[in-house]
Amino acid sequence: MKDPEPRRGPVPRKGAARRIVTTVLGAAATILAASFVIFAGLSAAPGDPVAQILGAKATDQARASMRQRLGLDDPFLERYWHWLTGALHGDFGVSFTSRQDVTALIGPRLATTFLLVAMAALLVVVVGVGLGVVGGVSARGRAVVSTLVGLGVAVPGFVAANALIGIFAVELGWFPTYGSGHGFGDRVWHLTLPAIALSIGYGAYVSQLTSAAVSEESEKEYVMTARGRGVPSGIVLRHHTLRNAAMPVLTASGLAVAGLVAGTVVVEQIFAVDGIGALLIRSISSKDYPVVTAVSLIIVTVFVLVTTVIDLIQTALDPRERAKA
Amino acid sequence: MAVTWAAAGIATRRRFAAMGRPALIASAAAAGALALVAVIGPWIAPYDPNATDVLAAGQDPSAQHLLGTDSLGRDILSRALAGARLSFAGPAMIVLISTVLGTALAIFSAWHGGWIDRMANRLLNVMFAVPGVLVAVLSSAVFGAGFWAPVLALGVVYTPYMARVVRSMAIRERHQGYVESLQLAGMSSWRIGVRHLAPNVMPIVVAQATYGFGSALADFAAVSFIGLGIQPPQAEWGVMVSDGRSELLDGAPQQTLVAGTLIVVTVIAFNILGAQLSTRSGGRR
Repeated sequence: MKDPEPRRGPVPRKGAARRIVTTVLGAAATILAASFVIFAGLSAAPGDPVAQILGAKATDQARASMRQRLGLDDPFLERYWHWLTGALHGDFGVSFTSRQDVTALIGPRLATTFLLVAMAALLVVVVGVGLGVVGGVSARGRAVVSTLVGLGVAVPGFVAANALIGIFAVELGWFPTYGSGHGFGDRVWHLTLPAIALSIGYGAYVSQLTSAAVSEESEKEYVMTARGRGVPSGIVLRHHTLRNAAMPVLTASGLAVAGLVAGTVVVEQIFAVDGIGALLIRSISSKDYPVVTAVSLIIVTVFVLVTTVIDLIQTALDPRERAKA
Repeated sequence: MAVTWAAAGIATRRRFAAMGRPALIASAAAAGALALVAVIGPWIAPYDPNATDVLAAGQDPSAQHLLGTDSLGRDILSRALAGARLSFAGPAMIVLISTVLGTALAIFSAWHGGWIDRMANRLLNVMFAVPGVLVAVLSSAVFGAGFWAPVLALGVVYTPYMARVVRSMAIRERHQGYVESLQLAGMSSWRIGVRHLAPNVMPIVVAQATYGFGSALADFAAVSFIGLGIQPPQAEWGVMVSDGRSELLDGAPQQTLVAGTLIVVTVIAFNILGAQLSTRSGGRR
């Protein structure tokens, strides 16, 4: 509590606060810009939403009143503003095809997608970092890990997904081939193969980076000195090597998680997981633009938020980054 | 943050690069052979890739159909060979677009330096953070599914990867003595850029383009797989993986297996070749 002594260690600089503010403002600006691009792009997309909702047989009068209700005759910027302020309150309008509130459509699916991403993230961090440490520590491990990584990087998620279905769902029958399940346990079981398929590519990146960071650290002088003093290698690894290698690993893992969010678009489609990724593809096919706009914005926002948090953690943990500001 | 992404790529590359000359020869041979198939594939296919034959549907590999037939009785080998063309045309176009945009942006900003370079760098950092497949999917939503929508989107998404590599090379070249002497000799910036800077960064551009080709092929196939790129019944490897889904669920995985293997082998070949070229062209690390 009492702190009469002057603080030791790195002096906090004014720059740090400024850097945090710039990072957060930058993220907000990126999301805002993305929202504009997405809205503008999809407004320009071909197809008449009124015909979409009312069908071809509607009278001109019905069409006109629907146009007015949807605000389609308003100037573009006014429509954007209207949509944006709605979105900030969690109101993304009404789906063209199901006539439901977009928010109600997205809500439960968002939970499914987050569970999928969480499971994949766990795999990326545990298996990816684990393999990376093995590869970074021993020469024999390195050969095995780098082969695995070379393969993992080269196998696209959708190919891996189909291979997993062929082997573990069709041949062995251990997992279901599709669906998202009911209840937590069943859901986890249904999402296991999708999570593995989703995690392979990013897991490979993370383990490659971990392996490089660990082997780089373990060749440094302080590690040699510790070993020379007779410190057991396990302790050197845990107390020195891994701690110093943690920064790039943390950053790569965070970026991988951000990538996983976007990756759900493909993987959910393959396993017919009823999340927002599959919803996005389905809505694109049926030209249900309010849903497409909302889901895209959510994915981009999560992506930007995750990368921003990593940026901030990096600034907070690494004194060199703090000093850079 | 983008730097870390790049670092991960570089680390993988270093591993490939360390494999030495045999890897260069093997990967160049594999990539070359696959590219050749992409050009002549439709002509050497034993059957019409779109000819259906209900009587021969769902056959296992045999002398008539070396890789078997799909559920419509189409010859899988013929579809794989003919499909190579579109499977390669997509990423080739993506790499071409990103190379032209990336090189131009990098040389322009490195040449002018100062605030232009800083702005370009900021733009690239934002672009690095853009999830590629998502943009390709949205592009198909706006412009309609097909060849061009995902190709244009991915071409832009891949631009920063090219620009980053070229930029660091171009900044180094910018301060070489020969550039200064050419300037003193009265040559215009434009001419120096096109005639001297561009050729000097060319080897690294080729290496990066080769490396990017593999990922572009995978991304393009993914978009076709989910139904927003190349449309069936056209033959393309991503479409084939998708066509083979119902057969896979019935326990006949040939079509998905063949197309999936071709994609993976191609990506590996181009990844290794790109890494090898990159070390040999004096690129970063």
